[in-house]
Amino acid sequence: MLRDITLGQYFPGDTVVHRLDPRTKLVLVVVYIVTLFCAKHMVTYAITLGALMGVIIASKISIKVILGSMKPLLFIIILTGILNLFYSQGEPIISFWIFTITEEGVWNAVFMVLRISMLICGTFMLTYTTSPIALTDGIEQLLQPLKKIKVPVHELAMMMCIALRFIPTLIEETDKIMSAQKARGADFETGSLLSRAKALIPILVPLFISAFRRADELAVAMECRCYHGGEGRTRMKQLKFAARDHVALIGGFLLMALVIVLGRAGL
Amino acid sequence: MKPILETKKLTHTYGAGTPFQSDAIHDVDIAVYPGEFVGIIGHTGSGKSTLIQHLNGLLKPTSGQILLDGKDIWSDKRFTRQTRFRVGLVFQYPEYQLFEETVYQDIAFGPTNMGLSKDEIDRRVRRAAAFVGVPEESLEKSPFELSGGQKRRVAIAGVIAMEPDVLILDEPTAGLDPVGREGILANIRAYQKAQDATVIMVSHSMEEIASNVERLIVMDHGSVAMTGSPREVFAHADELIGMGLDVPQMTHVFMRLRQMGIDVDPSVYTVEQAKEVLLSMKGGH
Repeated sequence: MLRDITLGQYFPGDTVVHRLDPRTKLVLVVVYIVTLFCAKHMVTYAITLGALMGVIIASKISIKVILGSMKPLLFIIILTGILNLFYSQGEPIISFWIFTITEEGVWNAVFMVLRISMLICGTFMLTYTTSPIALTDGIEQLLQPLKKIKVPVHELAMMMCIALRFIPTLIEETDKIMSAQKARGADFETGSLLSRAKALIPILVPLFISAFRRADELAVAMECRCYHGGEGRTRMKQLKFAARDHVALIGGFLLMALVIVLGRAGL
Repeated sequence: MKPILETKKLTHTYGAGTPFQSDAIHDVDIAVYPGEFVGIIGHTGSGKSTLIQHLNGLLKPTSGQILLDGKDIWSDKRFTRQTRFRVGLVFQYPEYQLFEETVYQDIAFGPTNMGLSKDEIDRRVRRAAAFVGVPEESLEKSPFELSGGQKRRVAIAGVIAMEPDVLILDEPTAGLDPVGREGILANIRAYQKAQDATVIMVSHSMEEIASNVERLIVMDHGSVAMTGSPREVFAHADELIGMGLDVPQMTHVFMRLRQMGIDVDPSVYTVEQAKEVLLSMKGGH
């Protein structure tokens, strides 16, 4: 059930992928996404997919887990595939009633499905191998230049950190409240859409109350430890680039360059 | 006598197939008889909560069976749903599940889900409120205006109102003051007596267990380590302490007396028993 949701979850580990600096990983994800959108042909897709596979294998996270966590998004992926299949111009292969499937449509559908799946997989690799704290630290550091134009970078990062930190807690809480209401005969699985929406009230009310209570307690706890924002705050874990980060970054950019060059050459 | 609730080789694995996979309970065989007051004790993470959530069909076992009146609760869908009403489960800190506008409506949530008539619901709500000592005038208040102890009572009433044959409570007195604790335990005993119900209580307080339950189930590392009357179980004080559990204070006193070389019965665990034993020893001299 809810417990099985792995979206945005962190899988602790001690592999090269886990040890990379979060900033490196963030930049690499952006590079990867750009590369993915530059790929237009089988060869370039194969190269990008190969790179993704390499990272997945190096991270030692099982393919099963990754495929499992794509389940909630399956509907969107399939819908995009179908839309692309029918709405592409070109040489018709089969034609029935008002539908026409073209050769371009088939290729478009295949590539679109691949692209979305790879996009999701790639970003999952970031959250799977980086702890939320490291991730927000990385984002804060990368956004540092925005401070010049008065963007509250630290506050944003802190908010994100807290939000990420409380996702599992809230999921657990939801699970508990759902069980408690189920024990009183609440039924979330059957009935019309309206009655199912109504069935959510016994979960949402207690959940909101406890979320506010937690927020309040957290604020008090932070104030008790003299938290006063980012000004003059130092960190326990300093982010440092290591040799592997340089190698990974160079590798990432080379991959992007390769795909762009091959794309220009029509591959 | 035939057990009302029974588990057979009950096993549950959380997160099967992920790196977080863990065996919460394995091969648990327990039997609970009608009208009993059973206590479940165990260290944090020993699988108590997982076990009790199986007993009313909230969790589906990975393998094994749960039998209610000899029938597998997962054998058909309707029976699974009925089990929820026949085996009432009060979670830890149940006050966090309150959601309705009035206390009355919140207590009525369970009976309404059972599809009972309006009169029957009204009767049950008032009866349940009386059992847990929620005064009539509180019924129209918002549950969020009440004190912590009162909220707990309302939440317990919400389960009692379904008039379950088996009432399971997960640490019903956690976080309450001593008066509140004894009050809630008295409410539970009153319900058991009036309804001839079976009660299963999970608790960390050995004093509570010692003075309420007739039979004890000790869980350790996901399986049943010991069962028996409190007298039998607390006689194995060393083993209990080895599992990270405590024993009633009287057991501590009598263990120490024995260590000091005084020949006393080691299975004494309540103040009353201690008084009797000590007086009889005095009389003997």
